Amino acid sequence: MSGPLLLAVDGITVDFDGFKALDTFSMTLDKGETRVVIGPNGAGKSTLCDAIIGRVRPAAGRVLFRGEDLTGLSEQAIVERGICRKFQAPGILAGITARENVALAARRDRSWWQAFGKGIPAEEQASVDAVLERVGLADRAEVKAGELAHGEKQWLEIGMVLATGAELVLLDEPTAGMGPAETSRTAELIRDLGDTRSVIVIDHDMSFVEQLAAPVTVMHQGRFLKQGSVEAVRADPEVISVYLGHSA
Amino acid sequence: MSDAVTSQVPAADGDRAWRRRAMALLPWLLLALGAAAPFYLSGYNLSLLGRFMAFGILAMGIVLIWGHGGILSLGQGVFFGIGAYAMAMHMKLAAAGDGQLPDFMMWSGREALPWWWEPFASPVFAILAVFLLPALLAALFSWLVFYRRVSGVYFALITQALALAFATLLISRQDVTGGFNGLTNFPSLFGLSLADQTVRDGLYWTTLALAALGYAGLRWLLATRFGNLLRAARDAENRIRFLGYNPVPFKVVAFAIAGMLAGVGGALFTMHAGNISPALVGVVPSIEMVIWAAVGGRYSLAGALVAAVALNILRDSVSSAFPELWLYLIGLVFILTVTLLPNGVAGLARRVSRR
Repeated sequence: MSGPLLLAVDGITVDFDGFKALDTFSMTLDKGETRVVIGPNGAGKSTLCDAIIGRVRPAAGRVLFRGEDLTGLSEQAIVERGICRKFQAPGILAGITARENVALAARRDRSWWQAFGKGIPAEEQASVDAVLERVGLADRAEVKAGELAHGEKQWLEIGMVLATGAELVLLDEPTAGMGPAETSRTAELIRDLGDTRSVIVIDHDMSFVEQLAAPVTVMHQGRFLKQGSVEAVRADPEVISVYLGHSA
Repeated sequence: MSDAVTSQVPAADGDRAWRRRAMALLPWLLLALGAAAPFYLSGYNLSLLGRFMAFGILAMGIVLIWGHGGILSLGQGVFFGIGAYAMAMHMKLAAAGDGQLPDFMMWSGREALPWWWEPFASPVFAILAVFLLPALLAALFSWLVFYRRVSGVYFALITQALALAFATLLISRQDVTGGFNGLTNFPSLFGLSLADQTVRDGLYWTTLALAALGYAGLRWLLATRFGNLLRAARDAENRIRFLGYNPVPFKVVAFAIAGMLAGVGGALFTMHAGNISPALVGVVPSIEMVIWAAVGGRYSLAGALVAAVALNILRDSVSSAFPELWLYLIGLVFILTVTLLPNGVAGLARRVSRR
């Protein structure tokens, strides 16, 4: 599971007008590793994703990806380096089919002057099909994305993130609004990703987190609190007091 | 959604297919009707139709940016005006003759032509300017705004301010722009007399051809990946940004194309109407332009084109009888459309054809 170091979040602070959403937070992730980040509401989980993908600029600290400092790079440049994020609310393009959604994400050249064509270039067809297969939407590929069921929309967006070819995948509450059966399928999908990608999953559904069987990082008030297996974290008195205590 | 309901009524299927075929034929029918217009309309009415069709070309540009790009511009009159003035300046210089000053400049006591008027003496330059000047200015302006991630109502307000500033500038520089009266009195076009009905027929057909070309070109554009990404920038800008796309150039290119169509519309209008003035390019006309697209259907190219022509025919008949009534009437039409037909008349037509 643990290859060489891929991502190092190095003491980042994100300050929203005096409120520190992240406060000298650090974590590292190895190549091929899957990590779950949990924490009570407002712990800074989504802000962590925002800081990694360049949506917010940290006031202090650095994000290193393969040793390169990402802070200050444009959003597009960060995606090009191989990081892509799934948002909480499914960010799919409702008016076009599931296949077209994946195809847009799979485009290798994303400049505007390469967009004056129709359909999916032949050389990208295979990777689009593979992604649709992987997220279980192969037989729903021609359905307009807006007409998919909620769970299918979430899978479609995971598919889009994968189709970019990102090496590091950030999944922000991928099971939000899903029933238990869909949640299990999502957990299975994410476990399979571990072979080829590094994944950071944010969630607070503990049954889902258990199914992922991955190390857990606990955040609290923008700070690092604990790290360990699901069982160890669940048994930790400090974690119980800040997180499980609240939710129970 | 209506398909699911109607599929339970198989008897209606043949009827629906027929209606869909009729809808597909409609643009060709309109084109044929339009092409034959010189044979059944008087010269005066033909000139009016040409003018309104020029508005329609502009309105299709609004469909591109507003309907598909989510960019509400209350300043299309500016790009319309740039195209119109570019053409008018050429015709004015042609009317004055070699080395002579246009009449209004002499009345204002000017002794020499401003340097930026000079290249417009060339017809080739004027035609290029009609297409390129509005496009380039629209691109530059929208890039500056979108690059700063300003959008939505703020963008609309900035464009409105632009329209106000443009009209004010034209009025205040009487000696070089013709001021409040604008530019008028063009007897000829590229050496051909505009009093000649064959020339006017040719001008009309040119307008129709450009409208058809604009329609076909935009239809193609909206069906490409560019169209998908433009709509994506409208509906989920963050999503495509974090898929590695930069949404800014997609919006800038669309805005530049809409600016070019407005400029072409402006030039054609000036040739048909024989004048252009600040009253046609300011805040109120710019809002009216958006209303044409809203009434026709802001997602529908054909809807906006037809609505621009139809509303202006209505305007012409209403304001000749009751000049002060028009703004109330168009306001009422706008409110009714927005509340009852959010997708305009084209949306209604589509619903009927699918029923």
